[in-house]
Amino acid sequence: MSLLSVQNLSLSIGPLPILKDVTFSIAPGEILAVTGESGSGKSMTALAVMQLLPDSAQTTGHIMLRDEELTAQSEKSLCAMRGNCIGMVFQEPMTALNPLHTIGQQVVETIRMHAVMPKAEAEAQAAAMLTRVGLPQDRFPLSRYPHELSGGQRQRVVIAMAIARRPRLLIADEPTTALDVTTQAKILDLLKDLVAEYDMGLLMITHDLAVVADMADRIVVMRKGEVVEQGDTKHLLANMQHPYTKALFKASGHQVDLPSAKDGTPAILSVRDAVRDYALPRTQLFAPRAYHRAVKGVSFDIHHGERVGLVGESGCGKSTLTRAILGLEPLQDGSITAFGAPVGPDMPATSRIKTQVVFQDPYSSFNPRHRVACILTEPFHLVDTPPTGDALTQVISDVLTDVGLQPSDSQKYIHEFSGGQRQRIAIARALITKPELIIFDEAVSALDVSIRAQILDLIAELSRRHNLAYLFISHDLSVVRSVTDRVLVMQNGEIVEQGETEKVFTAPQHPYTQALINAAPVLPDLAALTSQTETSHDSA
Amino acid sequence: MLRYTLKRALSLGLSLVVASLVIFFVIEVVPGDPASFMLGLNAQPDTIAALRSELGLDVSKLERYLVWVGGMLQGDFGTSYTYSTPVTEMIGDRIWVSLPLALYALTLSTLIAFPAGIYAASRRGKPGDMAVMGATQLGIAVPNFWFAMMLVLIFAINLRWFSAGGFAGWDKGAAAAMKSLTLPAIALALPQSAILARVMRSALLDVLGEDFMRTARAKGLTRRQALMRHGLRNAMIPVLTIIGMQFSFLLAGAIIIEQVFFLPGLGRLIFQSISARDLIVVESVVMLLVFLVILVTFLVDLAYAAVDPRLRSRT
Repeated sequence: MSLLSVQNLSLSIGPLPILKDVTFSIAPGEILAVTGESGSGKSMTALAVMQLLPDSAQTTGHIMLRDEELTAQSEKSLCAMRGNCIGMVFQEPMTALNPLHTIGQQVVETIRMHAVMPKAEAEAQAAAMLTRVGLPQDRFPLSRYPHELSGGQRQRVVIAMAIARRPRLLIADEPTTALDVTTQAKILDLLKDLVAEYDMGLLMITHDLAVVADMADRIVVMRKGEVVEQGDTKHLLANMQHPYTKALFKASGHQVDLPSAKDGTPAILSVRDAVRDYALPRTQLFAPRAYHRAVKGVSFDIHHGERVGLVGESGCGKSTLTRAILGLEPLQDGSITAFGAPVGPDMPATSRIKTQVVFQDPYSSFNPRHRVACILTEPFHLVDTPPTGDALTQVISDVLTDVGLQPSDSQKYIHEFSGGQRQRIAIARALITKPELIIFDEAVSALDVSIRAQILDLIAELSRRHNLAYLFISHDLSVVRSVTDRVLVMQNGEIVEQGETEKVFTAPQHPYTQALINAAPVLPDLAALTSQTETSHDSA
Repeated sequence: MLRYTLKRALSLGLSLVVASLVIFFVIEVVPGDPASFMLGLNAQPDTIAALRSELGLDVSKLERYLVWVGGMLQGDFGTSYTYSTPVTEMIGDRIWVSLPLALYALTLSTLIAFPAGIYAASRRGKPGDMAVMGATQLGIAVPNFWFAMMLVLIFAINLRWFSAGGFAGWDKGAAAAMKSLTLPAIALALPQSAILARVMRSALLDVLGEDFMRTARAKGLTRRQALMRHGLRNAMIPVLTIIGMQFSFLLAGAIIIEQVFFLPGLGRLIFQSISARDLIVVESVVMLLVFLVILVTFLVDLAYAAVDPRLRSRT
């Protein structure tokens, strides 16, 4: 008998339909991945199983845990079930824990919520559970507070809380999306081990198809609240039926058609032994101030028309280096020159024209009260004689057409656009001064895979059309691999390896690069999978 | 935690020095010479000069500032120009009215506001929430002296439960003294509790949207348990800030209520002293109030650290 069985689940919030006829089941010890793009209803499915839906939600259909119908339970028996029979792990480890309680208190709370036992016994159980998830008591005593732990460690605490009562079903909603690749690999391994050890069912929600292919026994693909396709992982990947599934996988492994790199072009950006220190808060009144060195003597060049990638995990100094290259913060040692002129906070405005930037979050990097035309023309503050009148209108419509939008979009406000369109506007804003170098700071990280593929194509196309050079900063190795000629790998403020992108990815030299590449989940080779199943069919 | 406390204590000391300078020199600039005011319009210049020297007004400003501060440090606030009694004595009588009144009102305000705010937040958008919000709107809009008059009308004149004004004095026993402070404390507490209840509600609603509240529900806590165990303490930071500000206001701002109920408090003292140009009393009372307000801020800072471990570990 299956552990969890969801049958014809439909859900609406007010007049808005969220889920339509969702049906799937999970067996004990099985990992089921629910995947799809944002708005597909994956997270709502998870919350429906937990019966933690918003008050206005209306559901029909059945959710059976073993032989108990969850939709018919009273709130009291649901509370007795949550945390006890079903555990849940959330996306954001930084905010999922109560900052005012110790990690021990939080794990003990789950235990004593569902079992009557003395505090000391619950604490012993909590300590054992934390040790099991990789937080040994000698280094992570129960008295630690969440703010004293890293993101990956906090996620381990959340997992310990979720499995403290050995639930039969564990739900993990994007459990590693907010983590670095090496941490992600460790957390995924931990989840896999726990499923095997406790014979739990794992319902895993994720948008990352590489993770899905790597982890799941079975896959459910959702789109706009409906299940479009489901089945055994290997079989589904080899015989994708639905066009949406095919499109999703195609977009995930999207290869950009990058124009070939030209050799011997002059350097437009030179970073030489750049050092950037941050002052730490004073611990003693008259002691000398302590500093944290975020960038430690970094040197590299970007040549005219060259596409360079910068990869590294959070805290490695990527963003600090970006701010220095943009001349927003001063260096403590070394130098940066762009287009022959020194870069720094005091550089003249006109020197900033040739270097522009595109940021990560298309939702928060625009002023919502400005029209698109006003947003786009902002960089003209840097120009001595900005275009006016008809010339200005022409520039705006040119740049909008360039990024695949309509000239008439210039009169709209930013809330009228989707995330992908907003990122196009961000690129248009960077392009309007006709720069020769653009910094893309995690510019596609917040986008769904299909939108991401379109934006990557646009970036490649613009680089061809305008002979643009760019520095592409990302934590996503597969994206960097497809859109850059050369790559820099950064760790603890230093560039530990650099070279031609393909060379670095196929034969990484530095142990850190090797670790990064090994940890990054990769999409399975679909062609190989298909032929594999065909041969097995033939031999059968 | 020790480092944090010392840092806050240092900032408390510096604030007091700055405040004393500001108070002294602002009052120096105010026109009106106490000596000529006391002697009336027809006084001879040499009589005024004699009085000025007797009051210690004829030395340099810096010297007078140092004498004033030095005296205060030893508990000597000088002598009132008009009553010729030590200011310490005048303050001593009145602070035993004002301080208990402020604490009484603050306690009442908190006792009303906490349940009301928690109730409203847990019933967001429902009739119970709207009723509480409507009542608090009224509580903020209506001035406290109107409440005071209504309370006198109902409980003193009609029901005759309380006296309409005056202070029984602590020598008649704590019960009698507290009884005479009850109506003023209620009048002061009502508008304050309305503000505090709204702050409590919105702080709780902010916390209810946090991820860790969802985590708590996923562990099997009921809505109520999640609210009480995880919500309340996280909502305390903004609430503590407002409580600290309200205490300061209640201490010095009770002047109208003291007037309505004929209470011999600090508010009345400061009002009378200003009218009589009794600079030394004004300076001393204001300095005392500033000291109490800064002390409350210091205590609120310590309370923050008690609530939030992140502040404790940050030095």
